[in-house]
Amino acid sequence: MTELDAMMSTADVVVCCGSGGVGKTTTAAALGLQAARDGRRCVVVTIDPAKRLADALGVPGGLTNDPIRLPIDSPGELWALMLDTATTFDGLVTANAADPDQATRILTNSFYRNIAGSLGGTQEYMAAERLLALHLDDRFDLVIVDTPPTRNALDFLDAPRTLARFIDHPVFKLMMMPTRRGLRVLSIVAQPLLRSIGRVIGTEVLADAVAFFQAFDGMQTGFRNRADEVIDLLHGNTTAFVLVASPRVDTIEEARFFARRLTEKGLGVAAIIVNRATPDFGEPEGRRPRSAPKVALFDNQAELHTRSVAEHQYVAPLVADTDRLPTWVPLLPGDVHDLDGLDQIRALLFTGSAPAGASQ
Amino acid sequence: MNPLQFLTDAHVAIVAGKGGVGKTTVTAVLARAAADQGLRVLVVELDGKPTLATLVGAGVQCLALTPPAALAEYLQTHGLGRVAKRLATSGVIEVVATAAPGIDDIVVLGKIKQVEQSRSYDLILVDGPAAGHAITFLMAPANLLKLVRGGPIRSQAAEVAEMLADPARSQVILVTLPETTPVNEVVETAHALKDDAGLRLGPVVVNAYDEGEDLQLDLAPSGSALHAAAEFRNARRELHRRETQRLTDTLQLAQVRLPLLASSVLDKASVAELAAGLGVQS
Repeated sequence: MTELDAMMSTADVVVCCGSGGVGKTTTAAALGLQAARDGRRCVVVTIDPAKRLADALGVPGGLTNDPIRLPIDSPGELWALMLDTATTFDGLVTANAADPDQATRILTNSFYRNIAGSLGGTQEYMAAERLLALHLDDRFDLVIVDTPPTRNALDFLDAPRTLARFIDHPVFKLMMMPTRRGLRVLSIVAQPLLRSIGRVIGTEVLADAVAFFQAFDGMQTGFRNRADEVIDLLHGNTTAFVLVASPRVDTIEEARFFARRLTEKGLGVAAIIVNRATPDFGEPEGRRPRSAPKVALFDNQAELHTRSVAEHQYVAPLVADTDRLPTWVPLLPGDVHDLDGLDQIRALLFTGSAPAGASQ
Repeated sequence: MNPLQFLTDAHVAIVAGKGGVGKTTVTAVLARAAADQGLRVLVVELDGKPTLATLVGAGVQCLALTPPAALAEYLQTHGLGRVAKRLATSGVIEVVATAAPGIDDIVVLGKIKQVEQSRSYDLILVDGPAAGHAITFLMAPANLLKLVRGGPIRSQAAEVAEMLADPARSQVILVTLPETTPVNEVVETAHALKDDAGLRLGPVVVNAYDEGEDLQLDLAPSGSALHAAAEFRNARRELHRRETQRLTDTLQLAQVRLPLLASSVLDKASVAELAAGLGVQS
């Protein structure tokens, strides 16, 4: 049994980490396909997938923020959704608001709309929040999440704390003063520090920010508790982290960085998947031919072999750091564009047909 | 015609593409090629990883820009030095950035504009933001203008928007791989940048193109490793030809191809080799 098989049989939550362009989303979907074959009710959370993936999953209209069940023939179930950060955040606000009026005041505030749409870490935070909601949802017994393609994808782990930190910031405490002291927005904007900020961004924008924090007052505890729950889930022993990489020096460096951060946080790496590996057909046999067309074939096989050997060397430090044996998925002649293609990736991941170079 | 003519079309060239397509490679190669032509070249890095400096070789200047540093400098030069200090010590920069989204992109672009205005360089190549945030980054000035009605940031956004909209001052060079998903993505990005943001698009750079004649499969016994290896190579080349053709058919943009290198380790030598090859392409 490979590390990947072991992980799939024990985990309730699988988090796929890796830099952009390494096939993370496709991998997450292929893992989900395997889980459904194993009889599990699995939901895959994707972040901004290519439309082609929605096609590959057999969802012609594209994925939505609500899980859609995929038309596959297997003992289990496979559901997929595409994270909509703003909608998820709205849901969180509505759930934590004391009354519908407070929710409305927040949801219509333009500073809030900026936070929901573009505060650094919000997408990661909402991915983590969604993960918890789906984990608690009786319809599913496995959640697979694809982390956002940010430079620092593991912000995901700290993201739930981002807002808590934001709320606890002295400036916001200052902004929330009006509700406590009965001050009006305009007088609080006149505070020296805030006035300075206002000179840079304009006073209307600042007034919106102050109005947001006034409206938010009272909801801090709810948000903080929820963030703690998300963090507990990520640290739980049924949550597994998979590193997805391609065999290139730069993506391996990123993967090693992720591995270090996971280890620092006491989370560890459950499995490693290396996508887009050059297939290895071994060293060409016999002597190098002299004639032009034949030598090209010989050189081709030799070059692919050299490439594959080099790729294993690039991956070696990651293996040494993590003590995990990667599952290799070879570069395919084309993209995955239907469920059959996805099933092919699944088979490559779970039948252990690694390229021959893996032994070297 | 000089195949590198496009490098002098505008003073600022922003290299953009999704993660994993080789944006940094392309930036380094273009910088090298431009410097070899005798241009005064500056490369700008935005992701805080000083990779470019180790790749471009002699005669190319490098500048690393980060949003907090650019914002602090902006405030300093706009007579808001005391505010800058206050913002830095109280850690409010994040608040400012949230209140006016895109402000960090704008100060970074503003710094680039300032360097452009200094006329110290013939070409400023910007290794665009990571992870496909190119559209957000390049549309930040226009979006902020809609949101903020006054203040120094608004005037900065207006000046940057003017630079981006002027085809003699700036262009965007998109990077892709000759594969299905990257081609789809680059087509979408091109439409968004050209039609929605009104930016000038330079040629699309197709990175890691596996060029060469098809191998003759009948020369190897079927079922042999030799045959299988040749079949794999031909399939990859066929994919690259097909996807590049589709790119030509879909986007009315010139293309520059960088060949697939034998090694996937990028260093000064391979950058120089790719740059030299670029100059002789027809």
